[in-house]
Amino acid sequence: MKRISKLPFKGTAEQEQLLKAWLAENGHKPGAAMAALQKAQEIYGYLPIEVQRMVAEGVNRPLEEIYGISTFYAQFSLSPKGKYKIAVCLGTACYVKGSGKILAKLEEKLGIKNGDCTEDGEFSLEASRCIGACGLAPVFTINEDVYGRVKEDGSELDGILAKYKA
Amino acid sequence: MFRSHIMVCGGTGCTSSGSKKIIEAFNKEIAAAGINEEVKVIQTGCFGLCALGPIVVVYPEGIFYSMVEEKDVKEIVEEHLVKGRPVTRLIYDETVQGETITSLNDTRFYKKQQRIALRNCGRIDPDNIEEYIAYDGYAALGKALTEMTPDEVIKCVLDSGLRGRGGGGFPTGRKWALGAMNHADQKYVACNADEGDPGAFMDRSILEGDPHAVIEAMAIAGYAIGATKGFVYIRAEYPIAVERLQRAIDQAREYGLLGKNIFGTDFEFDMEIKLGAGAFVCGEETALINSIEGNRGEPKPRPPFPAQKGIFGKPTVLNNVETYANIPQIILNGPEFLNTIGTEKSKGTKVFALGGKINNTGLVEVPMGTTLRTVVEEIGGGIPNGGTFKAAQTGGPSGGCIPASLIDTPIDYDNLVAIGSMMGSGGLIVMDETTCMVDIAKFFLEFTVEESCGKCTPCRVGTKRLLELLDKITSGNGELEDLDKIEKLCNFIKEDSQCGLGQCAPNPVLSTLKYFRDEYVAHVVDKKCPAGVCKDLMQYKIVADKCKGCTACKRACPVGAISGNVKEPHVIDQAKCIKCGACVATCKFGAIIKE
Ligand SMILES: Cc1cc2nc3c(=O)[nH]c(=O)nc-3n(C[C@H](O)[C@H](O)[C@H](O)COP(=O)(O)O)c2cc1C
Ligand code: SF4
Ligand code: SF4
Ligand code: FES
Repeated sequence: MKRISKLPFKGTAEQEQLLKAWLAENGHKPGAAMAALQKAQEIYGYLPIEVQRMVAEGVNRPLEEIYGISTFYAQFSLSPKGKYKIAVCLGTACYVKGSGKILAKLEEKLGIKNGDCTEDGEFSLEASRCIGACGLAPVFTINEDVYGRVKEDGSELDGILAKYKA
Repeated sequence: MFRSHIMVCGGTGCTSSGSKKIIEAFNKEIAAAGINEEVKVIQTGCFGLCALGPIVVVYPEGIFYSMVEEKDVKEIVEEHLVKGRPVTRLIYDETVQGETITSLNDTRFYKKQQRIALRNCGRIDPDNIEEYIAYDGYAALGKALTEMTPDEVIKCVLDSGLRGRGGGGFPTGRKWALGAMNHADQKYVACNADEGDPGAFMDRSILEGDPHAVIEAMAIAGYAIGATKGFVYIRAEYPIAVERLQRAIDQAREYGLLGKNIFGTDFEFDMEIKLGAGAFVCGEETALINSIEGNRGEPKPRPPFPAQKGIFGKPTVLNNVETYANIPQIILNGPEFLNTIGTEKSKGTKVFALGGKINNTGLVEVPMGTTLRTVVEEIGGGIPNGGTFKAAQTGGPSGGCIPASLIDTPIDYDNLVAIGSMMGSGGLIVMDETTCMVDIAKFFLEFTVEESCGKCTPCRVGTKRLLELLDKITSGNGELEDLDKIEKLCNFIKEDSQCGLGQCAPNPVLSTLKYFRDEYVAHVVDKKCPAGVCKDLMQYKIVADKCKGCTACKRACPVGAISGNVKEPHVIDQAKCIKCGACVATCKFGAIIKE
């Protein structure tokens, strides 16, 4: 099940213009819905219903179909992400090496559950699948930074998180 | 002309461990040493030995540096490249014997491998089409277009014995023949690069390291079946692969290897990337087609098969990335190139993403029929920290495990199915005695529950009920009859689900139950997890004899579950303990045990 954010929509006119321009150019192509949602998520960071509505209009398909697509694929998020997006790899290789425990430790430390964002909007936490760095398992990422061979006991986590705390 | 080439791995694994910075450092140091006219730095695809990344290989000597850090670069440049003295301390130790440095191909990791699909990974710069061409690139396409008829191409692939590497193992030549047979105004060739197995990265690595091989093969397939357009379906989450493939497509167009009148013939072919968005079921061919068309990726009943009615209703031949990566070599060298390698019914090689409790994590390519023992003990370098091999899991969430007693099984399609697993796309995860088999079964089932598209009931509801039964067992509430219930439910899901996702979802459960029934029984009857993984079935205890009463653990416990006076044995209140393990790490006297 996807978490749907209750936060009010705060899109800007600029973002809307970007999306609408893309839709005007590509919306009519066959199979455009997926690419449109990917573009929209790139612009807004997530897919609130207001954005889905623009996409539906732009690719000329009913909103319920667009909603169906947004909820089907793991990549699409209906909640905003934190300024620092933490993704713990729960791929098999990482799991066997204890990444499940690391996820639990991070939940504890941040006081949020997998899939949530901290109230101040700083950190969000999610599980990902194999990121292709199994040689470094267990692995997690914070935005573009990759942390590998993380100790199962979580002793390094405070130090790592501190780097991102203001 | 350069006198030396420095190959730095730019695969996802090494990029994650900082290879980009190393490339920058090399360029800087080489310029500083004034040898930038003599030495060239090249970013390659994956060398395979990801566990030792970032990897740097210096040619012409072929010296293999492992775990290189940014601060080591200056030394390599000044010592090795300027003075000609390799930096021994950084060289992969298996290639150093006293004073001499031996060939990489003689190391245990590479010796028994045979690289066909991965032949260019780590050897060329994937961003430079000329390097691909220098190693016979696009020669196979030229040969097919100018010397062979489409039927001859299909016959060559058929005779090679190549079977699909995406999991099912369907003969590729037969699929192409079906595609050629169906007539239509438009046909498509498609490449499945979804790679949904949660612990696998071989297809992605091929696209990162040798994208032109896949482009060339798809053009050959287009010629064979009469298609002029190709699609590659790949996840947006694999950015490096997407980027390099796009660059490769652009270069191929520029060189006239995609587009109209290829090699001066009237054959035309072009291709496009379609980005997936992360759904395991989209690896299934009919679901993938739905997704390319911009819909929810739900499977459709077959027939009609994609070769009859595929993308936008047109005949479509869909193959896996690794399947395609084999094609150019087969066309160039004839069917014998492949059908002389492997076992009777499985020809050629297979790439595996080796991971888990194994020393040499990485990508390996071995001839079909290689035993699991060879892969684990020789190539993989055995289990870390003196652990013992317990089982290997192949086929990801659709496969099963191979227990230690079957470690001498030659790996091929049919043997794996016979022992209750499957080849799958090539994830191979090694487990040792600290892995709980019930927990692993649960791990895969959680994955399938999440990924089930929900279209049919046996899969949507069945897998959920199955997970609940496993949960019951790992939380210590299981009863013996639950094991029979699990078996029945598994068989029902297998028989009645619509697509391969549901049909194969019970495999991890059935195979662990078959080979590790004792472990299930221990959870159910003794309420114990022998591997010490299932939290509800274990306790942390302080051994009074060993405890010095230093109070360190008491301070470390986040919930105040530990009590005791200074210099007296401490105790853990089991009702309060959340089993975080924080105390174990703080005790300097090894007084806290898990049981
Ligand atoms: C649930 C499910 C997931 C699959 N995932 C993949 C995948 O990630 N990659 C892949 O190549 N084939 C996958 N397949 C197999 C494809 O349906 C198809 O058989 C394959 O891509 C055909 O190519 P091949 O003949 O070259 O193997 C999957 C099948 C099922 C049922
Ligand atoms: S078996 Fe599962 S994934 Fe396949 S169609 Fe049925 S519900 Fe969907
Ligand atoms: S840390 Fe170890 S020795 Fe110290 S009080 Fe705890 S159990 Fe005893
Ligand atoms: S399983 Fe975590 S990076 Fe591959």
